[in-house]
Amino acid sequence: MSRLITRRKLISSIGAGGAGVMLSGCDQLGSSEAFGEKFLSYGNWLSYRVHRLIGASSMAREYSPSEMSPNFRTNGSTEPLSGEYQQFAANSFSDWQLKVDGRVRAHRSFSLAELQAMPARSQITRHDCVEGWSAIGKWTGVPLSKVLDEAGLLPDARFIVFHCADNIGLSTYYESIDLVDAFHPQTILAYGMNDAALPVGHGAPIRLRVERQLGYKQAKFIMRIEAVASLSEVGLGKGGYWEDSAGYDWYAGI
Amino acid sequence: MTDVTDSQPGSAEAPRESIRRHRLSTRLWHWGNVVVLFVMLMSGLMIFNAHPRLYWGKYGANFDHAWLEIGAGRNEAGSRAGFLRIGDMTIETTGILGMSRDRNGQLSAIAFPGWATIPSTYDLALSRRWHLTFAWFFALGILIYLLVSLANRHLWRDIVPTAREMRPASLWETIRHHAMLRLPKGEAARNYNVLQKISYLVVLAFLIPLMVLTGLTMSPAMDASWPWLLDLFGGRQSARSIHFIVAALLVSFIVVHLLMVLLAGPVNEIRSMITGRYRLPKEKGQ
Repeated sequence: MSRLITRRKLISSIGAGGAGVMLSGCDQLGSSEAFGEKFLSYGNWLSYRVHRLIGASSMAREYSPSEMSPNFRTNGSTEPLSGEYQQFAANSFSDWQLKVDGRVRAHRSFSLAELQAMPARSQITRHDCVEGWSAIGKWTGVPLSKVLDEAGLLPDARFIVFHCADNIGLSTYYESIDLVDAFHPQTILAYGMNDAALPVGHGAPIRLRVERQLGYKQAKFIMRIEAVASLSEVGLGKGGYWEDSAGYDWYAGI
Repeated sequence: MTDVTDSQPGSAEAPRESIRRHRLSTRLWHWGNVVVLFVMLMSGLMIFNAHPRLYWGKYGANFDHAWLEIGAGRNEAGSRAGFLRIGDMTIETTGILGMSRDRNGQLSAIAFPGWATIPSTYDLALSRRWHLTFAWFFALGILIYLLVSLANRHLWRDIVPTAREMRPASLWETIRHHAMLRLPKGEAARNYNVLQKISYLVVLAFLIPLMVLTGLTMSPAMDASWPWLLDLFGGRQSARSIHFIVAALLVSFIVVHLLMVLLAGPVNEIRSMITGRYRLPKEKGQ
């Protein structure tokens, strides 16, 4: 075989034809059970383990007021449409109650005023959306750990689930975090944003701030907090709305 | 395979011998990277598609000024068009960037076209799974390769240019020869020439580590553990911009690298990266 033909073959194999075959191959791999579901989830799993190993108690950076975004965009659902929520909002959430249940010693519920009377924390942090954008804002709220301590977790509780008022697609929004993040000092139930009451667009009356993870973990319009032993008890089993419906990873620290 | 082919060993004229060029570690890393870089670049473009705007600084979102944007809108003629904007300069890029034909031939708004992304239709979740799994091979690959190359002195012996090679006159001569496509032959081809050394050194010691570190800076958990990452790059959005720029530089390296392989003799070059043995190219008049 002459060298010319070898060369020509080589060029064509790295040309458009070859690339097309490789690409559709990647699409097939990505949608396969063994590769797309299993193999491609190892990177996230490994990142989760390593992050917990090297920095379980590390603090997210806090910024100064001059570093804040001039205009903090909203994202996801910006107003729950249910009659119940609309009623709460009409009364400035004065008759809204946060329920805390699941694997806890005592089922509890807290009014907004009760949450606001608990020890508060303010932090100026960066919100990173999974899409790539970032915004810096100030959040004020009660540390989640204080609320969980009031209810008292049972020994088999492993995850904290947030049930939200916004209806997105076929179900209401829900998210979950592990106990390392739940008891992290910067993990708060925020009722204030940028020195004002948390606006509806950003999740009134309270939203979660879990500062070492991406935006889709920051559940808005929280109605109920549930402690569970396993994520299989939540939704379709992957721990969150986007995890169950679109294949996003449960751990969003990366 | 024979070591000496076209001429007698030790003859006065430069013998066209076959030399050991690439160590096993280099060959493994090279071919591993062919796969890993292919996946990283194309899944990265799909991730970029989720928010095709780049910013400088600590924050950056839709209300903030983007220094680069790929989007879709209407052109002056009033028809739907894709565009690339860098600073104040806007170029219409319909068909490639901003707006391209999907699988059904429909013109649809997407920053990078399906033939350049993994997967080929919009799926941020899946492209992240590809990217963040292969990132481990990419990051551990360069770390192990750099450590091995330090230990076996590959870096000092073959990659770091000598002071002599870096003298302006010698550098200029090599540049001139490359510009005239007169690539080193015979004995001169025994080692990497200074332009090869500089480009490999920049890629190995600068661009790929930069890619990994700016990638880590986009992780909010890593920023908490290693806050110096944010200071090093001037914020998460700056790191994201640098990540994109360095990716573009790596693509241009790959293009030039492939071109040079074709010019230098693809069979000999590719064989050397598979078997490790390289035949010194014949000098003129031999």
